Amino acid sequence: MGVDGTAGNVLSIQEVGEAIVHLTVATETRPNPGQFYLLRAWQEAPLLGRPISVFDYSEGKVEFVFKIVGKGTEILAKLKVNDKLQLQGPFGNGFPEVEGKILLIGGGLGNAPLHATAKVLKAKGQEVDLRLGFAEKIYLEKEFNQAATNTQFVVGGLVTNGLNIRDYDAVLTCGPHPMMEAVVKMAHQAGIPSYVSIEKRMACGIGACLVCTCKTKSGNKKTCKDGPVFEGEEIFYEDEDKIS
Amino acid sequence: MKTKIKFLDLELKNPIIAASGTFGFGEEYAEHYDIEKLGGISYKGLTLDPRDGNDGIRVWETPAGMMNSVGLENPGVDAFARKIWPRIQDRNLISVVNLGGSTLETYLEGIRRLEHCDYDILELNISCPNVKAGGMAFGTEAKSAERITRAVRMTTQKRLMVKLSPNVGNIGEIAKACQAGGADAISLINTVQAMAIDTKSREIVFNNTYAGLSGPAIRPIALRMVHQTAKAVNIPIVGMGGISNADEVIQFLMAGASAVQIGTAFFTNPDQIFQIPTELEMWMEKEGVQSLEEIIGIV
Repeated sequence: MGVDGTAGNVLSIQEVGEAIVHLTVATETRPNPGQFYLLRAWQEAPLLGRPISVFDYSEGKVEFVFKIVGKGTEILAKLKVNDKLQLQGPFGNGFPEVEGKILLIGGGLGNAPLHATAKVLKAKGQEVDLRLGFAEKIYLEKEFNQAATNTQFVVGGLVTNGLNIRDYDAVLTCGPHPMMEAVVKMAHQAGIPSYVSIEKRMACGIGACLVCTCKTKSGNKKTCKDGPVFEGEEIFYEDEDKIS
Repeated sequence: MKTKIKFLDLELKNPIIAASGTFGFGEEYAEHYDIEKLGGISYKGLTLDPRDGNDGIRVWETPAGMMNSVGLENPGVDAFARKIWPRIQDRNLISVVNLGGSTLETYLEGIRRLEHCDYDILELNISCPNVKAGGMAFGTEAKSAERITRAVRMTTQKRLMVKLSPNVGNIGEIAKACQAGGADAISLINTVQAMAIDTKSREIVFNNTYAGLSGPAIRPIALRMVHQTAKAVNIPIVGMGGISNADEVIQFLMAGASAVQIGTAFFTNPDQIFQIPTELEMWMEKEGVQSLEEIIGIV
C-alpha cells in the first residue's frame, strides 16, 4: 500500500482572506505539527501535487490554509464540499517538541503551520506566544487567538519589531527567508535554540528526487524528508558574522 | 508470473523499472510501498566523485511535464559501494547502476570502483543534459558514443546498457555506434533539453540556463525514438519518457522496447505505477497474450 494516497472528502472550504483559502478534508491520517501533504485534485495537469502544510487537525480531518498562486491552487480553491481530492502524506519531520516558554513567529502563509504547532504545545501545558505578520489583512484571527497563550498580530510591518526574544526558551519560525534569518540571528544572540520551516518547490515529497535540496551547515539536505524544519543555524550559517 | 520477460540473460518479473534520478536508491519508496512489485530499479545516477548538484531552482512545471536541473547530486561511487549497496543488494529486483562522468577516465575509474558490487546492469549515462560535465557530449555524436562504449566494454564484464539522449539528430546512428562499441542494450530517452523564463522577474529560471524536460509531454517523442532505435539495432531496448500506465507500457513494447523505465509518474501517482504489473496481466488475459515478448516490436 502507498503513502496514505487516499482520496479525502472536502468537509469545508472558504476564502478567509484575499486569495487565502481554508480547506478541511476528511482523512484517517494523522500528522504532526509542521508536516505537510501533497494535495492533488486533478488527473493530468498540473503534473505535480501541491505541498501544503497542516493548519490544524483533529480526529478524522486535516485543515489546510493556502494562497491561490497558480493553476494547482486555483483548482484546489474551486473544490466544493464533498468533492474528492488526493492526499499524500503526511510528509516531513515537523516541529520538534521544545520545552519552556516558546515563541512562534511567522509571516504570510508561514503563519499557517504555526497554528497547529501552537495548539499542540499549548495543550501540553506550555506557555506559547504567537507573533504573526500579515501583509494587509489578518485571516483566521479567532483561530490564531485560541491557539496560543498570547497572540500578537502585526499588519504591514516587521514582525520582529519590539520583540524581546530573551523572554523565551526556544523560538519556532516560518515565513519569508529574511524574516526567519533575522529571527535566527536574534535567537543566536540571546543564546536560545531556533527552528525554521523551509519552503521549496517539490516533486516526490519523500526524499527520492532531490529537487528540493537545501544547503545546510552539514551539507545538502532534503527539504521534504530531512525538513521542512531545521535548526535555524543549520540553514542561516553562510556568513558566521550574520549570527554572531 | 505472467508478466515476466527475458532481458539479456536476466529474468524480470515484469518490464517495469524505476528510472534513474526519480527513485533514489529505492530506500525512500521502500518505506511506503512494496517496491519489489517492480521488475527493477535504475539507481540515482552516480559519478566518480560526490556531487552537490546545481544551485538555484531545480524543478519547474510545464503544462504536461516538468523540467529538472538537479545536476547529478549524488554521494559518489565509493560511498555507494561501501555504504549503500550493502543495504540494498538483497532485494528481489533487477539492479541497474547508472553512471555518469565528465571524462572517459572518470567513467572508467568509476566502473572499476564498482566492480566488486554484484549489480545486474551497468547503465552508462552519456546523456545528462543538466551539467556541463554530465557526459552528454559523449552521447550526441556517433563516433564518441562508440569510443566510450568500447572503452567501457574493455573495462568491465558487467551487462552494459547505454542511456541515450534525445537531443541528437539521428538516434539510430548513435544507437548503432553503441552496439558496434559492444553495448548489450540501449535505454532511451533521457530528458529533453528545455528552457523556462520567469516573466515576473524577467530572468531565466534555471541557473544552468537549460534543464531537462520529462513527463507526458515527451512521451510521443520517446516512443518515436524507441521505434527508430529498434529499427537500427538488434540488441534489447529499454524505453522511457512520460510513461504512466499499462497502455503506455504496451505502446513502448510494441514500438520495440523489451522493458520500460518509469520516472516522473512516480511523483504524480505512485500508487498507480505499482498497479501497472497487475493491469498488464489483465490486459494479457483479455487479449489472449501468453507472454509480453509476443508484442515486442510488432509495429
